[in-house]
Amino acid sequence: MLTKRIIACMDVRDGQVVKGVQFQQLRHAGDPAELARRYNVEGIDEVVVLDITATIETRQALARTISAVAHEIFLPLTVGGGIRSEDDAAAVVDAGADKVSLNTAALRNPELITTLARRYGSQAVIVAIDAKRRDAGFAVYVRSGTSDAARDAVEWAREAESRGAGEILLTSMDRDGTRAGFDCEMTAAVSNAVNIPVIASGGAGGREHFAEVFTRGCADAALAASIFHYDDTRVSELKRYLDTQGIPVRL
Amino acid sequence: MIALIDYGAGNLTSVRKALTALGAEFTTPRSPEELAQASGVIVPGVGNFAATAALKGRWREAIANAVAAGTPLLGICLGMQWLFEGSDEAPEVGGLGVLPGRVSRLHGNAEQRLKIPHVGWNALDAPPACGAPQTLKGRLLAGLSPQPYVYFTHSYGAPVTADCTASTTHAESFAAVVERGHVFGVQFHPEKSGDAGLQILRNFLTVCQAC
Repeated sequence: MLTKRIIACMDVRDGQVVKGVQFQQLRHAGDPAELARRYNVEGIDEVVVLDITATIETRQALARTISAVAHEIFLPLTVGGGIRSEDDAAAVVDAGADKVSLNTAALRNPELITTLARRYGSQAVIVAIDAKRRDAGFAVYVRSGTSDAARDAVEWAREAESRGAGEILLTSMDRDGTRAGFDCEMTAAVSNAVNIPVIASGGAGGREHFAEVFTRGCADAALAASIFHYDDTRVSELKRYLDTQGIPVRL
Repeated sequence: MIALIDYGAGNLTSVRKALTALGAEFTTPRSPEELAQASGVIVPGVGNFAATAALKGRWREAIANAVAAGTPLLGICLGMQWLFEGSDEAPEVGGLGVLPGRVSRLHGNAEQRLKIPHVGWNALDAPPACGAPQTLKGRLLAGLSPQPYVYFTHSYGAPVTADCTASTTHAESFAAVVERGHVFGVQFHPEKSGDAGLQILRNFLTVCQAC
């Protein structure tokens, strides 16, 4: 039986892992390779490295960070941040990424999804959607959450799938870093609208939140950052708890 | 020396990294003639079956000759699918045909939320014909715990035939590991499957050393 995936995300700036609250107030959380090594031992299923300043400062994700992380783990590694072109994607893939995550660039140039899916296969292309609740539906934001894209998350996820995306990484900006739980309604709305896996992100605070997003939120995978970085929740303990809740996980 | 075939289907970085971690000596041959000296051949690959068209002609011939000469061969993901007669994904491109059967699209199950592509960690099960359901057989799976989890990402699957030493179920069962003489294949990515995956690659290297 396919298990629900637990993914550790590292937001990287200047080669160091940082974490903020609702995309602001960044603080230092450690060395990417060291964290990756620890997560691997604890049984993490996948690792995501996001170069969070790449889009704003117009630079590519650091190949050195990717390579250092890739040397620590024999697990799927996704890299996002600042990937605007086929060449940008090739640079991170050559550095050791298995999947690339597109955000701002996918909205600006949706053809890039198709181009990369043709070159590397859909399994290698994740479209990341940062969204906030509004009166009706969920508003998509770009440029690290600073700019309203005037798109609805459900509709954009459907388009991304039709253009060749292999997975959707859905982040609730309202919940990001708050530890108030995932936005299960938003996750379920997107997950039920597409046939590709949806990774829920934003708001993980305790093990119950994971159980909730895998059941009520219909998520295929759940991603968290701060609770794993600061050792509040060990991946191994989280997985054992999910197992007792009848949620299939890799133990 | 292991020959790792680069035919442009996906990225070899992670396979190289895993082989390096296991202490294997390997090379990416530039010409098919180099395969004659190889102690083992690995055909990796992700993506569309059509990409295997790049192996047509001299490469295909050299790989077939290596197999005929008794050189161990490991196909990974798309590389495993290519060992079969062909795939519905690109019917005009034939496979190597060293294993009987055709690769076809997985169906998933929308009601049970079993999506396609099949992405993530799933268990290796011994096929029913192998007796006790928990016992994995075959040289590639030596030393693994019962029902180990490995990382998959694919939309097409090979049939469970007599060559299948482990199957995986995602709405339907498909071949996850195949073994016929010194021809091996894995549908998942051992280079991305943590310790279980490294053990499988180590087992293949052991077979190569013994030949």
